[in-house]
Amino acid sequence: MKFALKSSLLSIALSAAMSTAAIAGDLVINFDDPNPGPKAGFEAAVEAFKAANPDINVTVNINDREAHKTAIRNFLSADAPDITSWYPGNRMAPFVEAGLFEDVSDVWEANGFYDSLAAITPTMTIDDKQWGVPYTYYQWGVYYRKDIFDKLGLAEPTNWDEFNTVAATLKDAGVTPITIGTKFLWTAAGVFDYLNLRINGYEVHNDLTAGKIKYTDERIKNVFMTWKDMIDAGYFVDNHATMSWQDAIAPFANGDAAMYVMGNFSVDGYKNAGLTEDQIDYFQFPEITPGLPRAEEAPADAFFIPSRAKNKEDARKFLAFIAQPDIQTEWNNTIGQLPINKNASVGDSKFLQEGFETLSTASGLAQFYDRDAPAQMAQAGMEGFQEFMLDTSKIDAILERLDKVQADVYK
Amino acid sequence: MKSVVPPVRRSWLHQHRVAIAPWLFVAPALLFFSVYVIMPIFQSIAISFYEWNGLYNAEGESTATWVGTQNYVKLLDDDRFFVSLKNNLIWLVFYMLAVPVGLAIALFLNQTVTGIRVYKSLFFFPFVISQVVVGLIFGWFYNPDFGVIGSLWKAAYCEEVINIVGNVSTRCAKSPPDILADETWATYGIIVAGLWPQIAYCMILYLTGLNNVSSDQIEAARLDGARGWRMLRHVILPQLAPATFLAIVVTVIGALRSFDMIAIMTRGGPYGSTNVLAYYMYEAAISEYGDRYGYGSAIATVLFLIMLVYISYFLWRMYQDEKGR
Repeated sequence: MKFALKSSLLSIALSAAMSTAAIAGDLVINFDDPNPGPKAGFEAAVEAFKAANPDINVTVNINDREAHKTAIRNFLSADAPDITSWYPGNRMAPFVEAGLFEDVSDVWEANGFYDSLAAITPTMTIDDKQWGVPYTYYQWGVYYRKDIFDKLGLAEPTNWDEFNTVAATLKDAGVTPITIGTKFLWTAAGVFDYLNLRINGYEVHNDLTAGKIKYTDERIKNVFMTWKDMIDAGYFVDNHATMSWQDAIAPFANGDAAMYVMGNFSVDGYKNAGLTEDQIDYFQFPEITPGLPRAEEAPADAFFIPSRAKNKEDARKFLAFIAQPDIQTEWNNTIGQLPINKNASVGDSKFLQEGFETLSTASGLAQFYDRDAPAQMAQAGMEGFQEFMLDTSKIDAILERLDKVQADVYK
Repeated sequence: MKSVVPPVRRSWLHQHRVAIAPWLFVAPALLFFSVYVIMPIFQSIAISFYEWNGLYNAEGESTATWVGTQNYVKLLDDDRFFVSLKNNLIWLVFYMLAVPVGLAIALFLNQTVTGIRVYKSLFFFPFVISQVVVGLIFGWFYNPDFGVIGSLWKAAYCEEVINIVGNVSTRCAKSPPDILADETWATYGIIVAGLWPQIAYCMILYLTGLNNVSSDQIEAARLDGARGWRMLRHVILPQLAPATFLAIVVTVIGALRSFDMIAIMTRGGPYGSTNVLAYYMYEAAISEYGDRYGYGSAIATVLFLIMLVYISYFLWRMYQDEKGR
């Protein structure tokens, strides 16, 4: 009896201790990029948060990016942190639909994010609610060898005719116009997305990735026809299917290829390959259909609150904190990307400046084919793009197969 | 009365100890085998009748919906599935080359020359390296830019030029073959890589087998005038039958679990043309863009049934052997 009393007292004391700990505020954050830059940016933001909220006890778990993609499927329902990093767009849809992410529209409302984060609101929205807060994004476009362009007297092309002239001049000079490595498929989706955005525009991109337009649609076929012209004219490097995007930097760095349709994260890769800032530059993917409003690819990274989080109150504080202009400025300076908050300021690198200009004047921002389309569609689609790049004559079979997958995915 | 010794009371456990003991020894293995092998088989067969993205909702309930045999119906209409199935067969057929080639090397190495142990070890070497490393090495070997094949090709068809920025570059009359990116050749390219360690494995099986070949019989056959091919066919090979059986078994198993080579060398690409069922299952269910656990389980079930045929034959054969003794 005495023993039982003692143990029950002990358990009461224990649970009291635990609950007071929760009141004092334990905040567990799972982050998914252990690379030096992103890690430093994230940790600096966490330190700033701690300084502003000394009563909150923050614990940070930094996981490998690929491991995080697998782990999140378990920890969201088993042992949820209070905050986790993840991707917006269709990548968050399965978790939202399973009720594993917390609706944070109230955070958006209370902090005026509908205004300051307006650029990215649509991609954070499902069922008219917002499910997370983004902290960074980056531009896509064409990175090119400025020294080669200068040597051949070429200027940055602004429309498709100019682009073709540039490509033809490069070819005549023995330079392959575009480098690409499609081993991991997604790079081809970048080219497809841009051709689609420039030929058909933002609405068609969204309708296609939402399954409202078939792949055999005339408009999508036009995209492939333009792409076919580029492939037939030898615009792309050979052997792209055995190269990763990093491998494809080699011909670019050696001067055998002069352009690369890529995201801004690749700039580091060019510099590591020995190119200097003066040798490389950036231009927006040129206009194809005249007068079409210009939309851009701008994949964002964001933070989410799992619905099984224990400390949602402090988690909301954290989400509000990381969207502040000064925090986003600091963070993105460290990682060399663009802040989303329109009141934040952009780093001095010419690529960031041009990227900011590109994205802030765009009529619409797409995430990327593999984030806008559901996973199964993205996989099939990107395999189709690679297959098409290797053998353009298979186009009809590819498009019909994609239609079949589409019919299955968006029932 | 009081002096009568009471009969020793033996417990039930003690009485049946001979029958129970083996079960006790097998129990841990049985437990783990049923939890980690038998149960998952039935679980994945069960999942194959659902459509499920692998998620549990916040209450911990599965988000799966029952779709009956729909996943299997889809399989029948899926080109990728048949490509994978075909590749599995190609693997089975061509992987079998490891058995005769292994035998040939074993016969060649089965002689007493100074330093033969060193040569044997060198031939056995590829089997000791991890499959992942073998895959990587062959990936480089095939690479059209810097691989052996690419370099040979360049020596024949390409010339060095100085490009526009003054760096050395190559210009080719015909671009070098890109084996792992060519849907016709990629699978064979991976099989060749897989054969390298597998031949070594078969070779070692035959080498040990050759140690046990009775020298009396060879002597007798020689007296009877048997030489060369006839000696091999009628005297040596029959004695190597157990080694051959084992070599075939491990090669079939190796062919069916060719997953790691494919994952390293092509990830099923280009566009799914080097998938085998095991890799396609992984791609559909677990990989970055796959969250179709139901569909993946359906593929796994088909693979399981195929293996079941082979395993049943194997078990039956073992049973017959045991009975014959």
